[in-house]
Amino acid sequence: MKKKSVSAILAATMIVTMLAGCGSAKDGAQATGSDAVKDDAGQETGTSVEAETETESEEGQVLNIYCWNEEFKSRITDHYPGYEEVDGTTGAIGDITVKWNITPSKDNAYQNNLDEALLKQADAAADEKIDIFLVEADYALKYVDTDYAMKIADLGITDADLANQYQYTKEIVTDSKGDLKGVSWQGCPGLLVYRRDIAKEVLGTDDPNEVQKAVADWETFQKTAGLMADKGYHITSSAVDTYRTFSNNVTSKWVEDGKLNIDDNIMNWVTLSKEMVDAGQTGTYELWSDDWSKGFYPDGNVFCYFGPAWFVDFSMAADTQGSIASQGGWAATEGPQSYFWGGTWICATAGTDNQSLVKDIMLKLTTDEEIMTDIVVADNDFVNNVPAMEKMAADASKASKVLGGQNPLPKYCAGVGNIVMNSSSIYDQGCNEEFQTAMNNYFDGNATLEEALELFYKGVTEKYPEISIPEQ
Amino acid sequence: MRGTGKSKVMRYRKWGYIFLLPFVLVYIGFSLIPLITTVYNSFFENYRSGLTQVGPNFIGLRNFKAIFSDGDIWIYAKNTLIMWVLGFVPQILVSLLLGAWFSNPRLRLKGAGFFKTVIYLPNLIMASAFAMLFFTLFSDGGPINSLLMQLGIFKEPYQFLSNVWSTRGLVAFMNFIMWFGNTTILLMAGMMGVDTSLFEAAEVDGATSTQVFYRITLPLLRPILVYVLITSLIGGLQMFDVPQVLTNGSGDPVRSSMTLIMFLNKQLFSKNYGLGGALSVVLFVLTGILSLVVYRISNTKEKER
Repeated sequence: MKKKSVSAILAATMIVTMLAGCGSAKDGAQATGSDAVKDDAGQETGTSVEAETETESEEGQVLNIYCWNEEFKSRITDHYPGYEEVDGTTGAIGDITVKWNITPSKDNAYQNNLDEALLKQADAAADEKIDIFLVEADYALKYVDTDYAMKIADLGITDADLANQYQYTKEIVTDSKGDLKGVSWQGCPGLLVYRRDIAKEVLGTDDPNEVQKAVADWETFQKTAGLMADKGYHITSSAVDTYRTFSNNVTSKWVEDGKLNIDDNIMNWVTLSKEMVDAGQTGTYELWSDDWSKGFYPDGNVFCYFGPAWFVDFSMAADTQGSIASQGGWAATEGPQSYFWGGTWICATAGTDNQSLVKDIMLKLTTDEEIMTDIVVADNDFVNNVPAMEKMAADASKASKVLGGQNPLPKYCAGVGNIVMNSSSIYDQGCNEEFQTAMNNYFDGNATLEEALELFYKGVTEKYPEISIPEQ
Repeated sequence: MRGTGKSKVMRYRKWGYIFLLPFVLVYIGFSLIPLITTVYNSFFENYRSGLTQVGPNFIGLRNFKAIFSDGDIWIYAKNTLIMWVLGFVPQILVSLLLGAWFSNPRLRLKGAGFFKTVIYLPNLIMASAFAMLFFTLFSDGGPINSLLMQLGIFKEPYQFLSNVWSTRGLVAFMNFIMWFGNTTILLMAGMMGVDTSLFEAAEVDGATSTQVFYRITLPLLRPILVYVLITSLIGGLQMFDVPQVLTNGSGDPVRSSMTLIMFLNKQLFSKNYGLGGALSVVLFVLTGILSLVVYRISNTKEKER
């Protein structure tokens, strides 16, 4: 009898604990489900009345922001008037709560998370709806070219408000109908950053204007690469270093009429890179790998890297003792072609209940010359404001330590005007990644060009099954 | 008397079922239902392009047709098998040797417990961390290359991860290191289960230790060997984390180290449940057939005996 009751209790506890787990999960699911059905009626708690009245008035109580790192948050905290930080993921502007939803972009996690949230946007309660989300250039169109992103004009921001922004930052977030759907406080024009000591040894000078003559176009760049190789130096660390310079200067899109298309300029990159790899003038390392970043240190043998302001300031190991950057051993010049790298755009989500606040944030951060000048001074950002940046460029006191006392801003300002970005598609990120991966096989000699292209086609159709492959 | 006895058995049987319930429920919830929905999904066109959902549209067997007409699946199956065999052969040989040593009372090995623990240790490291470690060790500027260059074996760094066989070899080597300890423990358990009187009888008859190993230990070890083979084969077909991390998900060079599951993983970017489902079904069938074949072979031989 005793045995039986014990076993009964054991079995019961086992099943109960298990079902308890199931039960709570189901409850949770049901709760969110019913929330969705109730739509903007609000939660089941006492706040529902409040929420309802709030949706009828113009401003929601909660501003939801989706982003992938702390950068935008720190810009808002430091530069948006009236923002108060509450804790790591919440803040307040007046009586509106600001909720930060930060998901790192590694392994596509940010986009996956944002996708799910956006697809639920229509059914979400008013205070749960995303109000602002951020995008990067590589995948901006994926979001901008949908109805999930609001037209900037619909927020009441006029072209005149944005007149001081760099043209390319607008082109990237202009959708296929020609409507502007995002704004940025940053510009990220890139330069060619070279080592002064190698320049002196091989080219006889480290003056940026003289060195520019040796890298003025791709033909002279390749000639210089030969000179570098003779002395045992690689002109770039890896073939992928120059990729952006080519992919930013294309005249056709990756996908035209549903068909995959490789621009001539991209193929120029392949030809040049293959020749340079075969001649031992550069390597085939992956971007950001340890081998790739060896050149940041004196025993590396790399003449130059391609990068914008943030790369020079934060990525070249300037804080590491003994690195070339810490000794101010770099200098910057325009390089063969203008390009940009990186940048963050602010988009307003359709269905936001905080339109006027979103508008104000956009205006303050991306058009207010005073605030933007503050950003340059405080955070060393290159801001998206022509007059502010030109004033800074003329200021000789803006010398960069990494660049050995050179003020690179005039070079950045010269480059940024030449960037044209009107050939983007929603497939850019996947195509660029797959193309570089596939071509590395060709550069390494493991595949012929045809085989490498075949690999590229495979990779693209895996990521985007609806794209058709050009006839061979 | 008899009647009450039977009902007692019946009543105890009830408890058996109740204790089984948690397993059955978990199995149905987390294995059976996903299995069925996978098969169901494989008949649909169902993926997401950017923020646009395509499907689900019923397309019959077109996903399967796409997989087989493409033919790539056989390349990835071949890669998987090559890397599995490269890792499994040394693994079974080393494990047999170590198992025989450890279980041989005549050798009186000192510190056997210590070594048994040590050889099992690599299995405790997360596979991805292990792969990351190897990635760093064998990178162009990594310690292995600088060692080889200092010893004067190579003049230029050898690009381990840009060459087909060195990449495959590294994957196999990692799997070998991670699993030989586990296999040794299993084989040892099998060897210690062999009746010692057989060994004694052989000794009396003047058999050498080689003869004892080949004539007594190995034949009696077959059930365990078959078990090791099947579990390792199924594990090998599911090889994923080591090559995925080592090659950064690309399976390069030229996808020669891309395994079946890595290929399946590629479909996740576009949330392609249709093609991914079809691929999973094919894998399921393949695994089933292979297991069945191995199981049949071992069973018939046992009957012959």
